[in-house]
Amino acid sequence: MDKRFDIIIVGGGLNGATLALGLARLGLRSLVIDAQSQSAQMDGSFDGRSYAMALTSVRLMQSLGLWDALADQAQPMLDIKVFDGNLTNGPSPFHMHFDHTEIEEGPMGHMVEDRHLRPVLHNAVADQNLITYLSQTRVVSQSIDDMLASVTCDNGMTYQAQLIIGADGRSSQTAQRAGIKRTGWQYPQTALVCAIEHDLPHHGTAYQYFLPPGPLAILPLRGNRSSIVWSETPRQADTILSLSDDDFLDILRPRFGSFLGDIRLAGKRFSYPLGISMTKTYISDRLALVGDAAHGVHPIAGQGLNAGLRDIAALCDVIDQARTRGEDFASINVLTRYQEWRRFDNQSLGLATDFFNKLFSNDNPVLRLGRTVGMGVINASPTMRRGFIREAAGLTGELPRWMQ
Amino acid sequence: MQASETTVDPSEVAKFEAMAAEWWDPNGKFKPLHMLNPCRLDYITTQIAAEYNRDLGGERPFDGLRILDIGCGGGLLCEPMARLGATVIGVDAAERNIPVAQAHAAQSGLTIDYRFGTAEALAEAGEQFDVVLNMEVVEHVADPQAYTTACQQLLKPGGLMICSTINRNAKSFAMAIVGAEYVMRWLPKGTHEWSKFITPDELYGLIENAGLTPVDRKGFVFNPITWQWKLSDRDLSVNYVTASVKPQQT
Repeated sequence: MDKRFDIIIVGGGLNGATLALGLARLGLRSLVIDAQSQSAQMDGSFDGRSYAMALTSVRLMQSLGLWDALADQAQPMLDIKVFDGNLTNGPSPFHMHFDHTEIEEGPMGHMVEDRHLRPVLHNAVADQNLITYLSQTRVVSQSIDDMLASVTCDNGMTYQAQLIIGADGRSSQTAQRAGIKRTGWQYPQTALVCAIEHDLPHHGTAYQYFLPPGPLAILPLRGNRSSIVWSETPRQADTILSLSDDDFLDILRPRFGSFLGDIRLAGKRFSYPLGISMTKTYISDRLALVGDAAHGVHPIAGQGLNAGLRDIAALCDVIDQARTRGEDFASINVLTRYQEWRRFDNQSLGLATDFFNKLFSNDNPVLRLGRTVGMGVINASPTMRRGFIREAAGLTGELPRWMQ
Repeated sequence: MQASETTVDPSEVAKFEAMAAEWWDPNGKFKPLHMLNPCRLDYITTQIAAEYNRDLGGERPFDGLRILDIGCGGGLLCEPMARLGATVIGVDAAERNIPVAQAHAAQSGLTIDYRFGTAEALAEAGEQFDVVLNMEVVEHVADPQAYTTACQQLLKPGGLMICSTINRNAKSFAMAIVGAEYVMRWLPKGTHEWSKFITPDELYGLIENAGLTPVDRKGFVFNPITWQWKLSDRDLSVNYVTASVKPQQT
């Protein structure tokens, strides 16, 4: 096996695989190093995980030639309905309704299941001869000098490239080894995630309820199925997690009423403690971070994967432009352009989701009144509503070429 | 090579010598040049690709082209040109820049011929190039017409010269001298003398008198919101760039 590549990507999950495919489009050879076995990445059984892929993320998949394999199993999100509710009175009369027909670009996004997305990416990686994929391998050290970056793995081998990219998640070892500090905080919330089957069709509508313990999202999947992302206080979440499936459903049912008919579980239940985690910088010499390795946001708006894909599209743009100009694409000058492009967006997203979460996860009557009036105002204003829809579809900010 | 019998203004050379070691620090004294560089490179690469019918998406698109960069400094333009496949000669009248540029090219694994000297001396020696890069130099020389004529002599028939400079008007005084040197401290005070700035009409005059044909011009415009430079078709009010070709028959 070769030991010299253009780029080394640490982490072979959704972000790492997409990034390698993007770089291959630019003619760059990459080595992807992943700690998991490839069969774990390719496991096609449904575990209930799914992603709300924004329109821009869908466009990236199209640009990379991957969307055709995903489209049949993806559920377009045609409407988003947002309610402010409490557990006794149900949804308040004020709500917001975002309809994709209000923007010309079409559906705001698509719900894509993890069991479909992962194999599509990994099959494409396997078919791409510019990508070398090392599974069940961990990086033990990395070093960077004027010209080259190198990593040494637990297989005893050392690999070299012009650039290392960390796509290794919130607890990125790549960032740690580079001495990049993180900042962040935990929320007093745990997300419970599962998929349900329901008797009545969802008509492509996503529902978001702001309940005092935290938001509850019902996101449409193919068929009469939906993905549930439900936030509770950690103590409550622990109690709910320990319940049997039947008891779990008994607690879930009253939370969003009966409009989908009776519901059943369709897959495993997961839980994630919620928190924000951001690095002080996304770059250092011959090193860049993408996705959660750089910024993990509260998953309140389903924006984690979307933000990561946007990092990837932006980084590929910056690298491509630099190569066309003859610049050293791994120089700090070039990487700074990536950081400046993405950091502002990601920090705004982190703060906005934090703000929304704090505003809505609260039973304070003053805040309740304020937000019900606010939702009424937003719902009454077509301009503001279109603004929210475009934000949800990922259409705000400067778009990378593959997302236009 | 002699640097003495030329149009170089000795006090200008001394100013840049004092700054030479800082060339490659993106946040150092040459930060403004690093900020402008992507925009300059976009223009240069596009013009060369158009003139010589090269595909910028390909590997080493400038293979076979002999490119001269006048006032090469630390090699901010030479290195990209070499990476794109060109045979590059960088010349600078500040002797101290040469070892700085050579050292950096070696670090980057690039072969670039850096020489202490001037455009005029190279022209006298009969050297010729497919492309002459004449970027932010003409406003620093003592005799702009003699200098531009030397650039013309350095081109092969059909060759391309890219020349950028700074316009002379109230806005350029405010931006390039008050703004860049005094307010932002991007450049050391005294880097530029406003009276030496050149209007687009004057530059076209210099180019045409030298026997070259201007083919294109664009503005470099700084956007204070995005903090980036962009090319502009219309706004040549401060920094601007031109492309001109040497006729096949001279």
